[in-house]
Amino acid sequence: MAAQVSSGQGVGASLQRKEDDRLLRGRGQFVADIRLAGMKDVAFVRSPIAHGRVRGVHVPEELRDRVVVAADLEGVKPIQAVSGLQGFKPSDQPILAYEKVRQVGELIAMCIADTRAHAEDLAALVELDLEELPAVHDMLAARQPGAPLLHEQWGDNIFLETFVDVNMEAALDAPIKVTREISTARQSMAPMEGRGTVAYWDNRMGQLVLYTGCQMPHIVRTGLAECLGLDHHQVRIISPDVGGGFGYKGILLPEDVCLGWFAMRCGHPVRWIEDRREHLTAGANCREHHYRITGYADRDGRLLGIDCEATVDSGAYSSYPFSACLEAAQVASILPGPYDFPSYRCRTWSVATNKCPILPYRGVARTGVCYAMELVIDAIAREVGMEPHEVRLKNLVRPEQMPFDNITRKHFDSGDYPEALRRAIAAIDVPAIRARQARPEPDGRLIGVGHAIYCEQGAHGTSVYAGWGIPMVPGHEQATARMTPDGGLELRVGVHSHGQSMETTLPQIAHEILGIDVAKIKLVHGDTEYTPYSTGSWGSRCAVMAGGAVATASREIAKLAEGIGAHLLQAKIDQVELVGGAVVGPSGSVTLEEIARTWYRRPQNLPDGVDPRGLEVTIGHKPVRDSGTFSYAAHAAVVAVDPELGDIEILDYVIVEDGGKLINPMVVDGQIFGGLAQGIGTALYEEMNFDASGQPLASTFADYLLPGPTEIPAPRLEHMETLAPYTEFGVKGIGEGGAIAPPAVIGNAVNDALKRYGVELLHTPMTPRRVLEAIRNAPVREDRGPEAMENMRGEFA
Amino acid sequence: MKPVNFDYVRPRDVEGALRFIANDERAVKIMAGGQSLGPMLNMRLVQPDLIVDITGIEELRQVEEKNDTVVFGACITHADIEDGRAPDVTRGALRTVARGIAYRAVRNRGTIGGSITHADPSADWISILAALGATVTLRGPEGSRSIPIENYIMGALEADLRPGEMLVSVTVPRLSAAARWGYYKSCRKTGEFAHAIGAFLIDPERDVCRAVFGATESRPIVVADARRLLGDSSAPSAGFDSRLADELVEAGGMADPIDRQIHVAALRRAVEQAGAA
Ligand SMILES: Cc1cc2nc3c(=O)[nH]c(=O)nc-3n(C[C@H](O)[C@H](O)[C@H](O)COP(=O)(O)OP(=O)(O)OC[C@H]3O[C@@H](n4cnc5c(N)ncnc54)[C@H](O)[C@@H]3O)c2cc1C
Repeated sequence: MAAQVSSGQGVGASLQRKEDDRLLRGRGQFVADIRLAGMKDVAFVRSPIAHGRVRGVHVPEELRDRVVVAADLEGVKPIQAVSGLQGFKPSDQPILAYEKVRQVGELIAMCIADTRAHAEDLAALVELDLEELPAVHDMLAARQPGAPLLHEQWGDNIFLETFVDVNMEAALDAPIKVTREISTARQSMAPMEGRGTVAYWDNRMGQLVLYTGCQMPHIVRTGLAECLGLDHHQVRIISPDVGGGFGYKGILLPEDVCLGWFAMRCGHPVRWIEDRREHLTAGANCREHHYRITGYADRDGRLLGIDCEATVDSGAYSSYPFSACLEAAQVASILPGPYDFPSYRCRTWSVATNKCPILPYRGVARTGVCYAMELVIDAIAREVGMEPHEVRLKNLVRPEQMPFDNITRKHFDSGDYPEALRRAIAAIDVPAIRARQARPEPDGRLIGVGHAIYCEQGAHGTSVYAGWGIPMVPGHEQATARMTPDGGLELRVGVHSHGQSMETTLPQIAHEILGIDVAKIKLVHGDTEYTPYSTGSWGSRCAVMAGGAVATASREIAKLAEGIGAHLLQAKIDQVELVGGAVVGPSGSVTLEEIARTWYRRPQNLPDGVDPRGLEVTIGHKPVRDSGTFSYAAHAAVVAVDPELGDIEILDYVIVEDGGKLINPMVVDGQIFGGLAQGIGTALYEEMNFDASGQPLASTFADYLLPGPTEIPAPRLEHMETLAPYTEFGVKGIGEGGAIAPPAVIGNAVNDALKRYGVELLHTPMTPRRVLEAIRNAPVREDRGPEAMENMRGEFA
Repeated sequence: MKPVNFDYVRPRDVEGALRFIANDERAVKIMAGGQSLGPMLNMRLVQPDLIVDITGIEELRQVEEKNDTVVFGACITHADIEDGRAPDVTRGALRTVARGIAYRAVRNRGTIGGSITHADPSADWISILAALGATVTLRGPEGSRSIPIENYIMGALEADLRPGEMLVSVTVPRLSAAARWGYYKSCRKTGEFAHAIGAFLIDPERDVCRAVFGATESRPIVVADARRLLGDSSAPSAGFDSRLADELVEAGGMADPIDRQIHVAALRRAVEQAGAA
């Protein structure tokens, strides 16, 4: 069996990223870089209103050949993402709207011209006759009887309602009971690169070819083939370099279907490059949750139960493939987080509103869940007069309970949560902050310290997803490994990198097993034609699933190479072993180069009985248990709140993270930093607002604020390493974690700073205005004029 | 988000530019740095037939330093001022403010004339120049006229630019050696437009004390005799009269108490800064 000598390139090495050579030199190839002969540009006519009946779409006669409307799309099926959960109401997302429009930005017509500017000229000539209907943009209002209906045949606006109750009754007369109404704003994912598609019909291959920046090429192929009535072999999805996905690029968009349909008929390539206005107002919306949550505890801070009503604004349609209820239904199962308590009840609603479909964004439901749960834990701590971390330490699952099945039957695989929290608390130095808080700050600001802890279930597989019944259930993850005649290795996987560095990390895994230089291992991904089927990159699954598949395939290659090596060394198979890139036997060794050369170019030197599989395998992989890995982290922060302007500054930020075995620690740090930046966006900046008629109010980055480099602190990062028991090398998924905790951490720190007023902020983002409104509404201050502010400054003087 | 088709000219002198602007058969738009106009073109909020690019006009790139003023050509960029290529007679005020406008890439192209004429109430130049007592000079078919900057700004995105006119220069008074200023921009992230601005100048030798509440909904609120905000004390910050400041912004049309609070705070901080300088 293969054995490895350390080379500094294998699992655990912080190797520089192979992909950076082209990306940092500006030589990456993104969809918008692709130029094909005869290619034309597309602009869409989109609904200007949130809800209306389509009475007519008038295309000037002379433009009929350059404008496509719904009536043209004969035989094209709407996008349907059904969930098998009981009571789910499916929606048809039209490719181009016909009877009704249900969100601003919904596609109505497609215009084709030689440039995008000219296509926009055409779009301006299409006249819409829309009868405006009352719109509902508030999910709580949408839930009420009598609200305007999006999908009339449903009778209400509820995609799905779920309910669990585990012994709730037992907790109801707990001595401590805190109830909060908590919410996270609707956001936009805002990767640097938006969506984009180039489509053409390849006559020779008889194939519709779609270039699209895509996390899940095989899933999009299936969805597209179904909408267009094509066989799978007639559709090829190529995902080139992807400038950030975060979930948005897993989704099959109606735009893709439109371009595909047109490309099959028009005889030339067409492309659509999403612009930022489309991105913000019509596409990439996410995150909007509302919680009414009650925590029950005893007087020493022991948690007795959690009772929650959670509502998720799912927007107008169920999007493909994750469906409209992924978020809310997950909320119910992951809300308890890493806490061990006896009673739980949760009711959730996935609500349809006249807004863009909500899409899974890095962290998916976990960011909202962590925010709600961790704010409540801090509220309990204030209620019982304990430090919040002491309350947490009383309730966290303990290492000796591992593996641990929690109240919603989540199977926690491993870890020491209390230790992560203790380390974070020590690093942020809570006693020092408490001492600092006892003195006024020279600049009048208020200091707060806060923390949060979460778990990130990643790489959850068949057993978890089978129950959801959505269009996609992950099974065995496959990888192809094949040696090239020069002794190099090709890896082919169906997941796709949108920033995860897989061109580096997956070769590191193959190197670990085969000893082939990472520089000679090439990852092929992002093309349905070249790669094995996969559900793709989502759910923090690539390292565990594709990494595991690469490890499995590499081991098969090792065995095959040992077989050929044994022939060449005239030894028995059990006398040889692959070590450091060569098969070693009793009387000598033969390199993998020589083995590959022999198989491909000197087959005459092999005996008849040689294994006919040669040096190429495709093989599937599943972890020993597929209920998911549980990475986790404790985050802690110190903030300064300016009570006059409402500004919040992050003074210090600590992360203690356990991702099991890290394949490439530098890459993991990068994932955590990036996630942290997005989490800070959720906490402090990002918000997609709507007016009463359902119009999105942010259509540029002047209105939709993203944090920039100066707003992101340099976090102090510590790693713990508890190996996952069920995965190759003990790897755990960590791709989303950074984005989960920051709103909770910063929220708790801000509430700590504002404690003197007896107020809490319970909504993200924590804007200056929300801070100031909270202070102005504080029960403990009577005088709220400018004089009061002056007096308050006096208190510190 | 692509502009409509338009024609483009880049005249060499102001007279040439004025001839193009005088054409009233076509929708004509002046372009300086293009940093505000560009997005408006892309979003098709403006759909001109002709763009007159004025950055090739030598006169508009000149700076003239006089005894008691400096005159900036309209196309002096934020970066020219930030980097000190244009002389600063304001004891560092303009340079400091320049550094806080947008991002370097925007400052490389954005011009002082374009920023003022665009008349975004949150623009930094408008507030600091109003505090310094600057005037703008416009040239048009009827000749030249100069007016105080606060009169030029008529409202949000509305400058007193008459048909056929363009802004050619900005005149900034030279501060005396004892002058002190303060500028406080409240924004949520680096390079963002302000949510509140306080700008303050005290120049006893010239008998000037001006304060500006900027980044309002409309025009900046200018307090030409700002001494009354300072109470009796000669040390500016000690006696800052927040209540009077609040009344002034309310009288200036700001109804929302939180908006008033942050504007008053911004000005108080500007005043404190001047006291500390
Ligand atoms: C991302 C970003 C962030 C920004 N942040 C800030 C900020 O923090 N603070 C701030 O103050 N500004 C900010 N700005 C605006 C920036 O300063 C612009 O440069 C400025 O507002 C416009 O100057 P311009 O030379 O680019 O004018 P242009 O965009 O070329 O023109 C603006 C308008 O003025 C007219 N115009 C221009 N010059 C003249 C002239 N000489 N005579 C008559 N009309 C003229 C044009 O016709 C147009 O209507 C920001 C801009 C961007 C893109």
